Amino acid sequence: MDRRTFHLAFIYGIWSAIAAILALPAAVYLLWPPRSKKETDWEDVGSLTQIGLKTPQEIVFRRNRIDGWKIISEKVSAWVVKMSDKEVVAFGPQCPHLGCAYHWVQQKHEFLCPCHTSTFSIDGEVLSGPAPRPLDRYETKIEGGKLLLGSVQKSTESGS
Amino acid sequence: MKSIAQRLIDWIEYRTGLETAIKNFLFEDIPASSGWHQVFGSVAVFLFLVQALSGLLLAFNYAPTPGDAYNSVKYIITALTGGALIRGLHHWGASMMIVVVVLHMIQVFIYGAYKRPREATWIVGVILFLITLGFGLTGYLLPWDNRAYWGTIVATQLVSKTPLIGPYLTRLLGGEGSIGVVTFARFFALHVLLLPPLATSLIALHVFLVRKHGVAPMPNDHGATKKFFPEQVFKDTVAIFVAFVILFVMAVVAKVPLDRLADPTDSSYIPRPDWYFLFLFQILKLFGGSLELVGSVVLPALAVAALVLVPFLDRGEIKRLAQRTVAIGVVVFGLLGWTGLTLTAVITTPKSSAPSMEEEEEVQEWQQLTPEELAGIGYFRREQCSSCHNLANKAPKVGPNLAATAIRRTPAWMIDHFKNPSMLVPGTSMPPIDLDDEQLAALASFLLKLSPSNAQVLNSAPTFPVEGAMVYKANQCGTCHMANGEGMKIGPELNGLFLRRTKEWVEEHLRNPQTHTPDSPMPSYKLSPTNMDRLLTYLFSIPRIKPFSMVQLRKAAPSLR
Repeated sequence: MDRRTFHLAFIYGIWSAIAAILALPAAVYLLWPPRSKKETDWEDVGSLTQIGLKTPQEIVFRRNRIDGWKIISEKVSAWVVKMSDKEVVAFGPQCPHLGCAYHWVQQKHEFLCPCHTSTFSIDGEVLSGPAPRPLDRYETKIEGGKLLLGSVQKSTESGS
Repeated sequence: MKSIAQRLIDWIEYRTGLETAIKNFLFEDIPASSGWHQVFGSVAVFLFLVQALSGLLLAFNYAPTPGDAYNSVKYIITALTGGALIRGLHHWGASMMIVVVVLHMIQVFIYGAYKRPREATWIVGVILFLITLGFGLTGYLLPWDNRAYWGTIVATQLVSKTPLIGPYLTRLLGGEGSIGVVTFARFFALHVLLLPPLATSLIALHVFLVRKHGVAPMPNDHGATKKFFPEQVFKDTVAIFVAFVILFVMAVVAKVPLDRLADPTDSSYIPRPDWYFLFLFQILKLFGGSLELVGSVVLPALAVAALVLVPFLDRGEIKRLAQRTVAIGVVVFGLLGWTGLTLTAVITTPKSSAPSMEEEEEVQEWQQLTPEELAGIGYFRREQCSSCHNLANKAPKVGPNLAATAIRRTPAWMIDHFKNPSMLVPGTSMPPIDLDDEQLAALASFLLKLSPSNAQVLNSAPTFPVEGAMVYKANQCGTCHMANGEGMKIGPELNGLFLRRTKEWVEEHLRNPQTHTPDSPMPSYKLSPTNMDRLLTYLFSIPRIKPFSMVQLRKAAPSLR
């Protein structure tokens, strides 16, 4: 290897190395999820007696969410359906297609998303429209006649 | 048939002339004497690029306001993978930049490379040097910790003492005697909006001027030249690599300080500027009283003027290095003076006892409440106020939601209302609250602290400390002790007690103060075991930092969406 070839190899090698050593942490820094203590907070959203049987009801409640370096208290909603006195389902408020807010249409007895007209049955299954999967559900817990909601679990293609 | 890569290069070259431009740049003729001593300029440009990259990455996760800055920096270095490394690169890169820029200037100075026709190159270089210092000065504030806050206070106060333009400069920097949101915005804007493009264009101009006049030859070159690429580029690359390795190791190994959150009431803090400004700081000490201006304004101004005038003072032909004894003497003298001043400043700085962020505990919002407010939560619970009142956000019960309404009332109104509800609100179904005046005052002060955004957090205060605060109030600890800014300072302050004492020590001290401190004026307290336990839990939950302002906290605390 002559002097010039060595110089060229060194220059290209070192600059590639520096670029890689800087790019790698930068990519990790931007793409890795932040470390945070993630525990499910159970929110008390009210007494079950206030909810009619098989009548979806939108419940608005407050919960704390970690937003970067802050913990923010934000308003969220859930569509709660009392299937029986023992069984309650709470759907996440966003259409699984592109995240629009859907609502219950009592006359047609279905959930309707106004964005791209996806419709869902009372148990969250897709009836029509572009939605790829059933409605997402909150984790639910009933304690002393009160409904507690955990975090929203993503539904799977085949049903929840 | 050409390779695809070659065809792509040709395509670009034909349309942009990029290849020719790069070749013109790289295959420039430089004097035969060029070599290792000329690598510093390239290293400085490289470091500038590292600063730009790391600065950009930091800005992606940084909020430039006093309410958020500290928390977002903490988030970067604790929650984000690689965040501490990137902050390390930016922090140590800044220091290294100063070192390399100064080395670059010294080299040019010793070789006399500023001489005609290169005066403009030198002057642009001096301006770039000042910009580098400006980056350091403005960036110092941005973490918004104690170090940043106090360091910047001193800097802005100095600026304000400049004759004639001092007050205007102060106003320009957004602060008259204090540092707040406006100063912060100004420093941030200077640091990321004004200085970077200014530096970039001046670097471009600087390099252009170097190219225009060519690298300064030495007398023994006799017109002989060589190519910039690859031999000099190789040397530059070696130097850049060495600098990069040092920087990277520093960023990984050396801890970047993040003090406690900026605290304007912290009288124990010893403000010091970053190391490269220490000599100026030390000069200030030499010129006390009426001579202060000499140290703060006159000498620095003279130094800058001297730097600018160098090429006009020294106008002879370029000489061999060995003949430039005066220049070498000036550099040696300057370095000795600088080192002496900096060392003196370092040696005379008392060891700071201020703990850094790592030792800092997580402080919940309820821990920032005064004993009275915290005890108020206890009375709120004991009187079962929540059976008729919601705090916030939920549908009102029989009575109004308290976080929404309480703020509009005065404490006196509330206490009167507690005692005789129907007098102030005719027709109300609220029963009178059976508490004494002091307890009602505590209840009122808690309710006044409520806002829709903090109601939930405050209401989640654990039972034991809350009841402990009630014991604290009932025994009137506050008549001698200060906790979270409430109470008297006859006895020691209780913030940070948990760092100084064990629970056993405090318990013994409460039962019989004279055991540990024979001449203590504190009376002994006979508390039931439960109350003792509650009180101790409370005392040990008082954070080390006293909250200097709830307004500040509100900003940092959960915001309402």
